[in-house]
Parts: sequence; C-alpha cells; structure tokens
Amino acid sequence: MNTAVLKAEARLFRREPGSLFWILLFPTLLLVILGSIPSFRDPEADLGGLRTIDIYVPVAVLLGLILGGVQAMPQTLTGYREHGILRRMATTPVRPSALLSAQMLVYGGAALASALLALVVGRLVFDVRLPEQPFGYLLALVLAVLAALALGAVVSALSRTSKFAGALGSALLFPAMFCAGLWLPVQAMPDVLARIVGYTPFGAGAEALNRAAAGDWPGWTHLFVLVVWTVLLTAAASRWFRWE
Amino acid sequence: MCGRPSRRDAVAMSVIEVTDLRKVYAGRPAVDGVSFAVEEGEIFGILGPNGAGKTTTVECVEGLRAPDAGRVRVTGLDPIADHRKVARVLGAQLQQSELQAKLTVREALELYAAFHERPADWRPLAERLGLTAKLTTRFAKLSGGQKQRLFIALALIGNPRIVVLDELTTGLDPRARRDTWELIEDIRANGVTVLLVTHFMEEAQRLCDRIAVIDKGRVAALDTPAGLIHRSAGATVISFTPSAPLDDRDLNALPALASVEHKDGRVTLSGTDETVNAVLTLLARTHITAHQLRVTDATLDDAFLDLTDKERA
Repeated sequence: MNTAVLKAEARLFRREPGSLFWILLFPTLLLVILGSIPSFRDPEADLGGLRTIDIYVPVAVLLGLILGGVQAMPQTLTGYREHGILRRMATTPVRPSALLSAQMLVYGGAALASALLALVVGRLVFDVRLPEQPFGYLLALVLAVLAALALGAVVSALSRTSKFAGALGSALLFPAMFCAGLWLPVQAMPDVLARIVGYTPFGAGAEALNRAAAGDWPGWTHLFVLVVWTVLLTAAASRWFRWE
Repeated sequence: MCGRPSRRDAVAMSVIEVTDLRKVYAGRPAVDGVSFAVEEGEIFGILGPNGAGKTTTVECVEGLRAPDAGRVRVTGLDPIADHRKVARVLGAQLQQSELQAKLTVREALELYAAFHERPADWRPLAERLGLTAKLTTRFAKLSGGQKQRLFIALALIGNPRIVVLDELTTGLDPRARRDTWELIEDIRANGVTVLLVTHFMEEAQRLCDRIAVIDKGRVAALDTPAGLIHRSAGATVISFTPSAPLDDRDLNALPALASVEHKDGRVTLSGTDETVNAVLTLLARTHITAHQLRVTDATLDDAFLDLTDKERA
C-alpha cells in the first residue's frame, strides 16, 4: 500500500460530485423519502412488529456499497487502464497494483461512511434502533463491502472501456439492489425467493444485517455465503484482470 | 605497458544494451532481432516509420513488456526481473498515456515524487519546464504541450540517469516542438542519457548523437546523423535551370551520380562533391549557363527514405 497514492485517490474521489451524491447521500436520501410516508412509520404485523422504515435502514446501508463497489469503482479503474494511467505508473518504482488497492480502500471507506450516515439519520430522524449486535453488524457489513468490491473488480476485469464497465455495472446493479431488498425487503419475500436470494452476496448481506440489527448473531450461513462469494470473485478478478 | 581501453571497448560505458531482441504479436514479429547499445550521456535516437517496432523496443527497455527472445540490460539490470531497480534509474514518458483527469499539476508532481526514494525537488523542475503558472490546473485542462512538459517533469522527478522519450513532440505545434527540443538538449546537458523515439527526421537530425533506423522490426542502419546521410547514395543535391538543353549522355557520364531528374526545364542531380565539380566543368565546356544553381546537402529525410526503400526492394 502506498499512502501517497491513497491520499491522491481520496482527494480525487472528493472531486467527483456524482460519486459523492450516489454513494454517500443517495441511500440516506432514499431513507428520508421513505420515512416521510406516514404509513411506513407504523409497526406492521407482517414484518414481525417492525416498521417499514426499520427494515429499510439495512437496505440503505447495502445500497451505498453496491453503488460504490459495482457501479462507480469499476468505471474509474477501467478508465485508469483505458487511459494508460496504470501503464504510466508501471514505469515508476511503485507498482500499478498500488492504485488498485487505493481505489478499493477509497470506495470501501466511502461505503462504510455511507452506511454510518444511514444508521445515524435513521436513529436521529426516525428513531430506528441502532444495531443491537454491533460487532456482528460490523462484521457482516465489512464482508458485504468486500464482496461488493470483489464484484466491482470482476466488472473492471471484464471491461475494456469505462463505458462498458458502466453498462455492465448498471446491468448488475438492478439484480443486486433487488437481492438487497430495495423493492421488496428480504423479510417480506416469499420463503422460496428469500432462500434463493440468501445465496446471493447482497441477499446474504441483507439477512446478516437484519439479524444483527435485531440483536442476533448474523448467522454463520450468511457470513459463509459472503466469504465464498468474495473468494470466488477475487479469484476471478485476479485471473482476468489486465494491466493494459 | 597496457594502453587504456578505448571508448568502444569499454562495455561499462553502455547504459542500455539491447541484443537480438525479438517480440512477436499474434504470430507476427513486431521486433525481429534488434541490437544496439546506448552510451552514457548521449542522445540516442530510434527512428523509423509508423509500425516499425520502435515503441515495442523501448517498452522492452522500460520493462513494460517481456521480450520473447534476446537480452535487454539497463545499467546492467534486467528490466523485467529487476523492475524496481530499473525504474529508479530510468524515467519514462510514454507515447500514449494520461493522468487522472482531475489531478492538478502540483499534485501529480508531488505524487510521482513520493514514488522515489531521492526525488528531485519538483519546484525548480516545474520552473524549468514552464509549469509554475499551471500548478493548480487539472490535467484534463492542460494543452497538449503542457501535458507533454508535465510528462517530461514526471520522467525526470526521480533523478534518473536515463530518460526514454517516446514520440514526445507528436501533435505539438512547431513552436512547442522547438521549445521541447531545447528542453531535451538541456536534459542531456545535465548529464542524463536520452533515448528518443521519433518519426520526425528534423528532430532526429538536430538532437541525436547517434540514430538507429528501425524498419520492419530490424535495425536498417545505426550511425550518426551525418554518417547516415553520408552513407546514402546521393548525399549532395545539385539543381539548376540550364540556358540550353543538356545532352543526357553527358549527364549520365558524370562521376558518382546517384540520380538525374528533369522537371519543368529544371535539372536535379544527386551525387557527391565530385559530381558537383564535374557538372560545373561540363557547363563551362558546353557554354551553358546554369540559372538558379543550388547545391544542398541531402537531409536525413533523403537518407531515411533511401535506407528504408532498400529494405523494401
């Protein structure tokens, strides 16, 4: 890891208003919009006495890392390769892999910041309880971030141009958001669907976060699913990634 | 008593050695047996038409590509196996590369300085390259010439012993190109060896101490610019408009003649100094006046066409 590269990439990230909005603000904004619908603030028997807003906090948390890892990061990384920025760096004593790890730290950090913002706004504005199993929640969150970054790395590995990376990222964005429960929270899905979704990285992430939010351990199965996805996707990315 | 080894024998003088380099893309050799050695402190040119294998050759020197066969050494080191060590002594400007669009000039200089253990101070470097007024400008907003100057600065920021400049002045206006040439001379004056890839004859002729002409993946010739011009047939060009027609037999009998051309009543001959003297004698003998008589040295352009044509024939 090269701190100069990390500093530069963090600074460049702050100069992208689009990324700042979609990754850091949009998930929380969505939460605020949903929370301003009065019926979403009433407890529902279907949801085990939880309010709709309660179960949308983990969705907002996952949304930030999906947008950062799957949509934004692959475009930046692919652009760096497309425009010879990685090659340029390959002629210095620092390897271009430093740029890759800096990107992952920046987008991973942004996803965590976005998650924190959603949790804080949920707590302060809508009185959503903070996760009752904080360690389990953090573990599930970090694993979900790693899976999202690994998926983003695969997108980048498969894309020649940043335009293609954007298109591929968008194509993955919708199933990923569906699995995270954006349209229908995982708790409200029919059993069979919920089980299938539970084997996808973001479905497993949603289940793990929900459990930890309610005070239970996130569930080894869900954590295991996240780890397996991360390992497989990382292997695929390092197999297919090209430096030029 | 033993004499001191001559300059030519001293292998240690070579900072870059390329021996029988071969690189194949999709079954087609891009570089096919290239050899040359660059000595410390010289400006060494690699000249050739587009697609001749120039960039592939220097990419092997920079350690960006692994050769399929042959040997490359930079200050005695293998650019692939000892990449990090080579990157410390060799600064590179690449033919096609960019920086992050929103990175400012100052940030780029600081970032690349941080890559090296003992970097040059970027402030005087920016000053020397005329970038001081642009320090807060983002890369994407720089002009072509400013981008190239920044790339030169980044190539120099690690205090390298060698810089590789690949098609540095392509796309620059004539003014910016001339400014860049002065910069390159300035770099060499500071003791840095320069490996210059170009397809501009004028640039190679003005800057280079020695030139390797590469054509179709091979070294067609390796010499000083003057040497290359001299070795091509027709190093001297004589042209004039005769007051009366000249006998072709007389012209063809001229010594050391390389070519004869008639166009719009004007005669253009190429050959050597001997040819010039013989033409003057011929004109005096036949009482023909030569209007607008011009004697010029052939340029590297002519030598280059001659060398690469020979390959084609």
